Amino acid sequence: MDEILLLETVERYIKGEMTSQEKAFFEEIRKKDPAVDQLVVEHTFLFHELEKQADIKAYKHSLYEVENKLTEEGVIRKEQLKGKAKIIFLWKKYKRSIAVAASIAGLVSIVTTVLISSYNNNLGKSNITYLMGKIQMTERKVAQLDNKIKEDAKLKNPTNPNFRATGFLIDGKGFIITNAHVVNRMKTIYVENSKGEYFTAQAVYSDVNSDLAVLKITDTAYKTIYNLPYSINKSNSSLGEQIFTLGYPRNEIVYGEGYVSAKSGNEGDSTAYQISVSVNPGNSGGPVLNTKGEIIGIITSKNSTADGVVFATKSKNIYTLLESLKKSGDTLSIKIPNNAGLRGLEREKQVEKMEEFVFMVVGN
Amino acid sequence: MSNTEQDKHLLEGLALNDREVIEAIYRDNYPMIQALILNNSGNSDEARDIFQEAMIVVYEKAVSDDFELHCQLKTYIYSVCRRLWLKRLQQLQRYGNLIENVEETIAVDEDLELHDKHNTDFQIMETAMNKIGEPCKSLLDAYYLQKKNMQEIALEFGYTNADNAKTQKYKCLVRLKKLFFAQYKNGQ
Repeated sequence: MDEILLLETVERYIKGEMTSQEKAFFEEIRKKDPAVDQLVVEHTFLFHELEKQADIKAYKHSLYEVENKLTEEGVIRKEQLKGKAKIIFLWKKYKRSIAVAASIAGLVSIVTTVLISSYNNNLGKSNITYLMGKIQMTERKVAQLDNKIKEDAKLKNPTNPNFRATGFLIDGKGFIITNAHVVNRMKTIYVENSKGEYFTAQAVYSDVNSDLAVLKITDTAYKTIYNLPYSINKSNSSLGEQIFTLGYPRNEIVYGEGYVSAKSGNEGDSTAYQISVSVNPGNSGGPVLNTKGEIIGIITSKNSTADGVVFATKSKNIYTLLESLKKSGDTLSIKIPNNAGLRGLEREKQVEKMEEFVFMVVGN
Repeated sequence: MSNTEQDKHLLEGLALNDREVIEAIYRDNYPMIQALILNNSGNSDEARDIFQEAMIVVYEKAVSDDFELHCQLKTYIYSVCRRLWLKRLQQLQRYGNLIENVEETIAVDEDLELHDKHNTDFQIMETAMNKIGEPCKSLLDAYYLQKKNMQEIALEFGYTNADNAKTQKYKCLVRLKKLFFAQYKNGQ
C-alpha cells in the first residue's frame, strides 16, 4: 500500500473516524499482512508521541504562567543578587588586614589633602566655577525644552516628522528605551503604538557611549500597562543563538529573524553584538529577543558596505544606564520587567504578544 | 471532601491542564519545597527548576493509566523534589546530608525512571522536529501541536486547497517518522 495513503488510513483508524465496516476491513488487512501491521504499530507510536509532545508543551506553558503570577505575588522568591555570603566570609577573614590598610590609607589621604590644598588653593576654585557654569547652562536648556514641549503637547499628531525609529517599553509606567542617536536628532518626540495611537514623549536620559536613551511618555492619554511579559537579559548571549526583532522601518511594524553572529560589535566593541538580520533605517532602537523571549539587545546600526552586518548594543547596558540615571539623582524609580511570559510560546504567539510594547518613535 | 478525594480531584484537573489546579498545587506546596532547597545549598532559581520538574512528574503520573497515588499528593511532591534535589547535588558534587524537617517520604525511584524516559522521548521528538526543516516543521506543528484544522493551515501556508496541504502534511510525517525512529533506535 502507498505509504501516504496508509498513514492517512492509520490516522483515521487511531482517531476512531472509520465506519465499523471500514474498520473491520482494515483489521482484516492488518491480520493478513504483517508488514502493514508493523506500520500501524509504528504510526500509532509516532502519533502517540506527537500527542504527548503537544500536551506537555501546553502544560509547561501553563506552569510558566502560574510561576509568573506567583512570583509577582511573592509566593515564589526571585533570585537575589549572589555573593553576599562570600563577601561576609571575606570580610571576616581579612578584617584585621583591612583595618590596618584603611588606617594607613586614611593617614596618607589626610596628609596629601593638606599638602595639595596648601599648594593648589586657586586651581580647585576655578574648577568649581567652571562646573557651576555648565550646570546653569544645562538648566536653562532644560527650561527651554520644557516650554517647547508644553507648547507642542497640544498638537495631537506630529507635523511632518523628519525622523523615525523604534523603541520598546521597559516599564509600563511609560518608560521607553531607544537609541541615543535617535533622541539627539529630535526636538519634539512622539511615540506611536501598533494600534496607531500617538503619545507625546520626552527624553529623560541618554548615554552616547552605549547609544541608549530613556523616553518617558508624558501624554495624559497614556494608560499604564501592567505586567510586561518579557525580561531583560543581564548575561551575554552565545554565538549562533536564534533571535528575532520588531521595528518600524516603515509605517507598519516589521518582523525580522536571524542569529547572533559575533560577540562584539563594530571594531571589537564589547558592549555590542554583531547580529545577522535584515534591518533598515527606522529599526534603530528595536528590541532583539531570543527564543525564550528575553531581550538580549537593542538594534543600533548596520555596516553600510557589507550585507547583513548589524550591530546591537547588549541589553545589560540598560542596567548600567539606569544605574547612572539613579546616580544622577533621578527619582523616577524605573522597574525593569523580569517575567517569562513569552517562554515556551510558539514564535508567532511571542510576536503577537510583544507587538503591543514596541513603539514607533518619530520626531523632528 | 476528604484528603484523598481532594487529591484525586487535583490530579484530574492537572491531567486536563487546568490552570487553577496548577496554581492551587503551587500555593500549597511551593513554600515547603523552596525551604528545603534553600536550606540545602540551593538558590531560589534552583528551587523553581526542581519544583517545575516535579510538577511534570506529577502530570505524567496523572495522565498515566495507573494514576493512583498511594500517599498524599503533598508527600508525593515532597518525595519527588527531595529525590531530584539529591540527584542534582550529586551531579554538582556538593555532597552532604540533607537538613530537613522530618517529613514523611515514599520511594519514587520507579516514577523518576519513567520520567527520565519520557524526557528522552520528548528530546528525541524535538530534535526530529527541528531536523525536518521548513515548511514541514511549521506544518506539523500547526496541525499536531497547535491543533489547527486543514483549512486554516492551507490558508496560512498558501496551499491552494486543504487536500494539497494534507498530502504535504503526510509527506512531512513520513520524514519525521524516519528521523524519529532512527534516533529512537539509537537511544535504545
